[in-house]
Amino acid sequence: MDASIVLEITFMIILLLLTRVLYLIHKITTGYSRKSGEKRSKCSAIICIGSGGHTTEMLQLIRNLDFDKYNPRYYVMAKTDKCSRDKVEKFEQLRNKQQDYSIIEVPRSREVQQSYFTSVITTMYSILCSIPIVLKTMPDLIICNGPGSCVPICIVSFILKCMFIKDIRIVFVESYCRVHTFSLTGKILTYLADNFLVQWPELKIKMKRSEYIGQLL
Amino acid sequence: MKQKHIFVTVGTTQFEKLIAAISEEDIIKSLEKLGYSSIQFQTGNGTYVETSHPVIDISYNKYFSDFQEQIDRSDLVISHAGAGSCLEVLKSKKPLIVVINEDLMDNHQTELAKHLSEKGYLYYCTCDTLKETLEKDFNLLKPYPVSDGNIFADYLDQCMGFQ
Repeated sequence: MDASIVLEITFMIILLLLTRVLYLIHKITTGYSRKSGEKRSKCSAIICIGSGGHTTEMLQLIRNLDFDKYNPRYYVMAKTDKCSRDKVEKFEQLRNKQQDYSIIEVPRSREVQQSYFTSVITTMYSILCSIPIVLKTMPDLIICNGPGSCVPICIVSFILKCMFIKDIRIVFVESYCRVHTFSLTGKILTYLADNFLVQWPELKIKMKRSEYIGQLL
Repeated sequence: MKQKHIFVTVGTTQFEKLIAAISEEDIIKSLEKLGYSSIQFQTGNGTYVETSHPVIDISYNKYFSDFQEQIDRSDLVISHAGAGSCLEVLKSKKPLIVVINEDLMDNHQTELAKHLSEKGYLYYCTCDTLKETLEKDFNLLKPYPVSDGNIFADYLDQCMGFQ
């Protein structure tokens, strides 16, 4: 085949992909993807678990979900976080007797006080680790509330959405302690999360696309 | 007079300065004057020097598995600025003083403590201003509103196309 044709086709594909990405980001940031078009009776969910306060907050948020509808549930958390694991197991045991959940462990994307340069490398590594998690579970929904570890998972699921493989809804809830400023995770997920909730009206004013639906905690 | 109990919690990390501040003779004396008879410290990972007092009963524990019960049995809680601890105390409707750790840079938890105190749910201070804050009138604090636990679940159901 002629080299220039190959080049042209590659160029076209890149252009199409770029259009798709921009189209999706436009749809997300303008709030057109807030509600799902299709009706369903069940959905599988990845729940991103952070550390300490984030974990408690997340479990508080999802405590009233109907687990018959939201199943199975995959809790993704850092390997080193024994404390969060205990909290999740205790929470599930109290909530239901069915074992329709599983815990998936990932390496931490960024240790506290890690330098900027090495954190770029570890972030790349954790994106690579997230690919099999998303592909294996193929969830309908991802819920996250702040920990940086959820970003790679959201990026992978966004790529799947771009390639028409699976439409995974990303729901982000900014942490309760954010009253006037957004977290770094929040700033990144502005472009990726279909639903972007904040917990204070004071913070809602700062970003047009965010939603405040009332006191959550 | 009723025996009044204080619970001091520093969370899962450490806040040695707070424990040291409350253990100071000056503060202990004013606590005695205010009618407190016992203090329970939850010390976390930090090191501390145990103090004792003839009138006030002081005890130390690293962690509590019955954190909620510790809150319930106290008349005043002095806490670090962690969102989780603050929420648990506020929901239990106990008077709360949040002490900000000034040694932590870029501390967005200060943002929350300030905000909740502007709303009138708690008092916040630093280790240096703790003494004055202890003398404030806790009856002026407003109760933290109870949240409707179903808001998020209903919202998510709608987004997912349930119902």
